[in-house]
Amino acid sequence: MKYQLDKHPIDQVGVEERVARFNSRSIKKQSKVQAIKLAISMLDLTTLEGKDSAGKVRQICAKAVRPWEGMEDVPSVAAVCVYPNHVKTAKRALGDSGVKVASVATAFPSGNSTLKIKLEDTRFAVNEGADEIDMVISRGRFLCGEYDFVFDEIAAVKEACGEAHLKVILETGELDSYQNIRLASDIAMDAGADFIKTSTGKIEPAATLPVTLVMLEAIRDYFYRTGKMIGMKPAGGIRKEKEALQYLVMVKETLGEAWLSPHYFRFGASTLANDLLMQLQKEATGYYQSLDYFSID
Amino acid sequence: MSKKNKLILNGKKKINRPKTNASLQKTSVSLPKTKGKQKPVINFKTDWQYASAPESISHIQLKKRYELFINGTFVAPDKPVYFDTINPATEQKIAEIAEAGESDVNKAVKAAADAQKYVWSKIPASERAKYLFRIARIIQEKSRELAVIETMDGGKPIRESRDIDIPLAAAHFFYYAGWADKLNYAVPGKTPQPLGVAGQIIPWNFPLLMAAWKIAPALATGNTVVLKPAETTSLTALKLAEIIQEADLPPGVVNIITGAGKTGSLIVNHPDINKIAFTGSTDVGKIIQRSLAGTAKKYTLELGGKAANIIFEDASIDQAVEGIVNGIFFNQGHVCCAGSRLFVQESVFDKVMRKLKDRMETLVVGDPLDKNTDIGAINSKAQWEKITKYQAIGLKEGGECYQSSCSVPSQGYWFRPTVFWNVSQASRIVQEEIFGPVLTVQTFRTVAEVVEKANNTPYGLSGGIWTDKGSKIFKMAGELRAGVIWANTFNKFDPTSPFGGYKESGVGREGGLHGLMPYLKY
Repeated sequence: MKYQLDKHPIDQVGVEERVARFNSRSIKKQSKVQAIKLAISMLDLTTLEGKDSAGKVRQICAKAVRPWEGMEDVPSVAAVCVYPNHVKTAKRALGDSGVKVASVATAFPSGNSTLKIKLEDTRFAVNEGADEIDMVISRGRFLCGEYDFVFDEIAAVKEACGEAHLKVILETGELDSYQNIRLASDIAMDAGADFIKTSTGKIEPAATLPVTLVMLEAIRDYFYRTGKMIGMKPAGGIRKEKEALQYLVMVKETLGEAWLSPHYFRFGASTLANDLLMQLQKEATGYYQSLDYFSID
Repeated sequence: MSKKNKLILNGKKKINRPKTNASLQKTSVSLPKTKGKQKPVINFKTDWQYASAPESISHIQLKKRYELFINGTFVAPDKPVYFDTINPATEQKIAEIAEAGESDVNKAVKAAADAQKYVWSKIPASERAKYLFRIARIIQEKSRELAVIETMDGGKPIRESRDIDIPLAAAHFFYYAGWADKLNYAVPGKTPQPLGVAGQIIPWNFPLLMAAWKIAPALATGNTVVLKPAETTSLTALKLAEIIQEADLPPGVVNIITGAGKTGSLIVNHPDINKIAFTGSTDVGKIIQRSLAGTAKKYTLELGGKAANIIFEDASIDQAVEGIVNGIFFNQGHVCCAGSRLFVQESVFDKVMRKLKDRMETLVVGDPLDKNTDIGAINSKAQWEKITKYQAIGLKEGGECYQSSCSVPSQGYWFRPTVFWNVSQASRIVQEEIFGPVLTVQTFRTVAEVVEKANNTPYGLSGGIWTDKGSKIFKMAGELRAGVIWANTFNKFDPTSPFGGYKESGVGREGGLHGLMPYLKY
């Protein structure tokens, strides 16, 4: 396929104005409780640090299955996201809880390695038991206009994933323009992504509402064209319940009911979980709990 | 990973299809057609709903009965005639409004003429500016109350009255306050003088904003004012009268008298009025122009429109769809510069229509006081009847029609967002101003074709161009015969920008530097 940058022009002012409209919707009381629970169920609880250890991974797995003991019917999160060498630990810790294990791969976070190593990395994670692979695209090659290279790389990783479900990280903070983000989304979906994801969390800016809107609109166009539903994962920088709910408003008004589900929408975050729990508690009791009551993992 | 999960993750999960729109329609409209294979459909009827958030009305102060604001005080009309102003969303009466008769109009004009001659033309221009700044600040202070009253009286969503109408009204006073002592620089080499008394008649679609558009430049240039708001939406103009009292403006500088067309014609024909500023329908504009013929009165008329909103294939389509929605559904389509004629390049017609229909499904129609509401109530019963009539005409003319499937309240005047396609230049719904949330869509192939079609109308108030190519924007803007051209946006207003029409859309400009000139002689 021949990719062209100007195939889908994106108007920056228009995107940002639309986002401002989403932020004025009213979410409170029952509507808020429902949205917070939905957001918890969409979390990819993430630890991606050089100092990660088996103990640390087990801790976040415990949190993933039962985010908080303080309240009834708090759902489990969608997945735990770790480096490939921690997949086995996570898999064991999560057992049959239904919480998935996602693993970053393909020379995360820069993606600056050979395809051979990237595929090895992917196969290793899958063999260790990863249900989902979060790959990074080669941003340098993309910005050089080598779109076919980017496509082929994603397609090869998709093949290496086998049964595992592929999330493609565009690292939007490095892509410079909404138009680039749109094109990268199209390439990723065409090449076999099950999900498209904004960021690694290692680059600022990470996920933003306008970037996510551009990607959701790309998903919508892909759905119109093919009937296939692709998932969306904003990751990095979403720390507050209020922001998370703004993302849900955007999903609701852009892609509707079918995407308001952990199968098609995820939040890549770690500190967001406690804010969601704290707000949930506040809705139930009318008071804010001390942060000391929420586990820091 | 289990097979079950894989099925879902590969995107083969069953897609919920929404109920057909037909079951929710009152009028007969055709369903969107699909050729062969069923198109994937997005379901916007979500399980998760927003919380209703009606703006409180406990803080507003309204009188049961409003008198005429003449010479700085509220006075009863000589003949005790009053009419009701109602909330179009509930059909409940809000207050009684006095109707100004001939003797009342005479009093108001006399007060204005005296104030102009003895007070307003005598004080330093910088003092005039101070009063205008003061009015602007009080509008800001009372913005919440004004927004709620505007919404109750006119049916527009609180989001718009709060974020657009009231802030812009204050902005107009601020802007023209700045000009008051700089008029010599506005007209270099000349000594501009005020005209005298301005008679100003304003419409019901932006009640307070239109009052600001009229009063601010008139006062800045040293004129005094007799203003008549529309009979269905007098309340915020009368609240403005209270603000003017609070600002301690000298009596008679602004007089606000209420009533319907008869009161308006008394103002227009009054011999001691030096200038008429009218915003409203083209029909009434023609009547005014006829009655002013042969008099020395200056006039500006801001009349109807049937703006072309033009989408080229190289536009950013998702943002253009927002522009279409903002162009026609803003303020229920009660906007003279509404983008009511959509022209879409043939190659992207299907794509645009599909996105537009989906976007229409997400518009929230209902209680104007609810902060979630995108589209409020139709301003009056008469207007609702007019829009309904045009819908019937459109269907009879063979247009295909799609309406949002939203439910509307049983009480009040409501009209679902509506789009017609398969219509032509010859269709009445394409030619005539509907002034409601009804869009017509036509296609085109070339730039020359769309310019010709866009200009093929008696109106010429505004237009919109959507393309990623800057050169195309400049070419189009030069060729479209309309007073305002928006590029990659629509319905944007600013006090610094002149506004006005070509052809039957009006005479003269309001706003910006241009907006000073119709109030000056030199």
